[in-house]
Amino acid sequence: MEKNGTRFDGRKHDELRPMEAKVGVLKNADGSAMFRLGNTYAIAGVYGPREVHPKHDENAGKAILRVRYNMAAFSTKERSRPGPSRRSQEISMVTQQALSSVVFLEEFPKAAIDVFIEVIEADASTRCVGLNAAALALADAGIPMKGLVSSCSAGKVNGSVVLDVAGEEDTEGELDLPVAYYPKKDTITLLQMDGLTDRKEMRKIIELAISGCKKISEVQQKALMEKYAGGSNDRA
Amino acid sequence: MSEEFDRKVVIPGEELGEGIASYNAYEEGGKVFSRVVGLSEKRGNAFLVIPLSGVYNPKKGDGVIGKISEVSFSKWVVDINSPYQSVLPLNEAVEEFVDLTKTDLTKFFNYGDMVFAEITSVSKNKNIQLSMHDRKCRKLREGRLIKVVPAKVPRIIGKNGSMVEMIKKLTGTQIVVGQNGIVWIKGENEVVATEAILTVERMSQSHGLTDYIKNMLEDKLGVKSEDIIQEGEKYGEERDAL
Repeated sequence: MEKNGTRFDGRKHDELRPMEAKVGVLKNADGSAMFRLGNTYAIAGVYGPREVHPKHDENAGKAILRVRYNMAAFSTKERSRPGPSRRSQEISMVTQQALSSVVFLEEFPKAAIDVFIEVIEADASTRCVGLNAAALALADAGIPMKGLVSSCSAGKVNGSVVLDVAGEEDTEGELDLPVAYYPKKDTITLLQMDGLTDRKEMRKIIELAISGCKKISEVQQKALMEKYAGGSNDRA
Repeated sequence: MSEEFDRKVVIPGEELGEGIASYNAYEEGGKVFSRVVGLSEKRGNAFLVIPLSGVYNPKKGDGVIGKISEVSFSKWVVDINSPYQSVLPLNEAVEEFVDLTKTDLTKFFNYGDMVFAEITSVSKNKNIQLSMHDRKCRKLREGRLIKVVPAKVPRIIGKNGSMVEMIKKLTGTQIVVGQNGIVWIKGENEVVATEAILTVERMSQSHGLTDYIKNMLEDKLGVKSEDIIQEGEKYGEERDAL
């Protein structure tokens, strides 16, 4: 944060990077979406509900939700080693937990819903952007859910609380706190923190992140409407 | 499709109002919300949402087109384009007496054969039973198969089958529509009929679609629909799925 109150990239403290969302980007998936936040870009594809393989994973009472988060080798400045890593496994797990709290899994017993998140370009908040894309893709696949999950991060850079930590802030900042939020019920479904803070400040950071999630939710809703309501008014 | 209801495109989590939650809606704190992307509708004080996407979820009484994926001692396993496999027992498929010690079931249906069958039961843990006793059920020979989004099948069939009947008459093809989103087409003008059905799927949300498709087919085939309809119910025996 520079002295005049603007950040490295010229944003205000409570300003998100420019966003873009599109639903239905993959032809062969049952549902798909892309989400871009500044230079972070993720594509999500949803397959299913479909038969579970291996069979012993299936649950007779409800569907299982499987999430795979992956960062493309070319997504970072230095080429990253392709394939699953400790980090990507962790993110897959927290994303799965964040999403399963809103999906009606009881609707499809013995089935599996597979979510694949591919990060094409990474510049901080990849798990948040991946989650935003995944929520849209699930809705596109027609899977019954309580509502969309929106996610973004907030943190502390040079002593001041900022929304959507990105670029240099990510490497120089003291704290990064990604939040996934479910606006309808005012519930947090993902909360992680990297850094140190006190209780009072953390509350402030979470509130800032939630305000960002609400803005993201609007973009998500617009993207869904664009695909599904776009053609409803034109007469054949 | 009826226009009496005020239909609106909704997304998951969108509030529909106060009342009872019906299909694809859920209630929370006295208010009803949508569970899927779809068209919302109010019937009485119940809210329901007609989905616009999604895989086929089997329902009792649906006519479906399936592919024989397994032949066992006294039954067939049928793939019906849904997350669950279905079972067609021998007694539900064949009327005559079959001596199982002497007969190979592939004589009736072999691997890869396509059948049109009716779902007779769906159990709670999604065991699906099929039957072919109904007159409309049969094995589908030759022709071509296309896949459409199952949620759009009602639009392809149209009100009382108006859309599919019109396409059948104009193109002179046989068409069977399965509720599971598989459509079987056979006849000389297969290609044109396929195009028509895919157009219906793509433009399913527009008004006056039946007339639009009618004009499209008349242009393509160079015929007038009135001439063909007067020719009589040539393909009246072919029935569409209901």
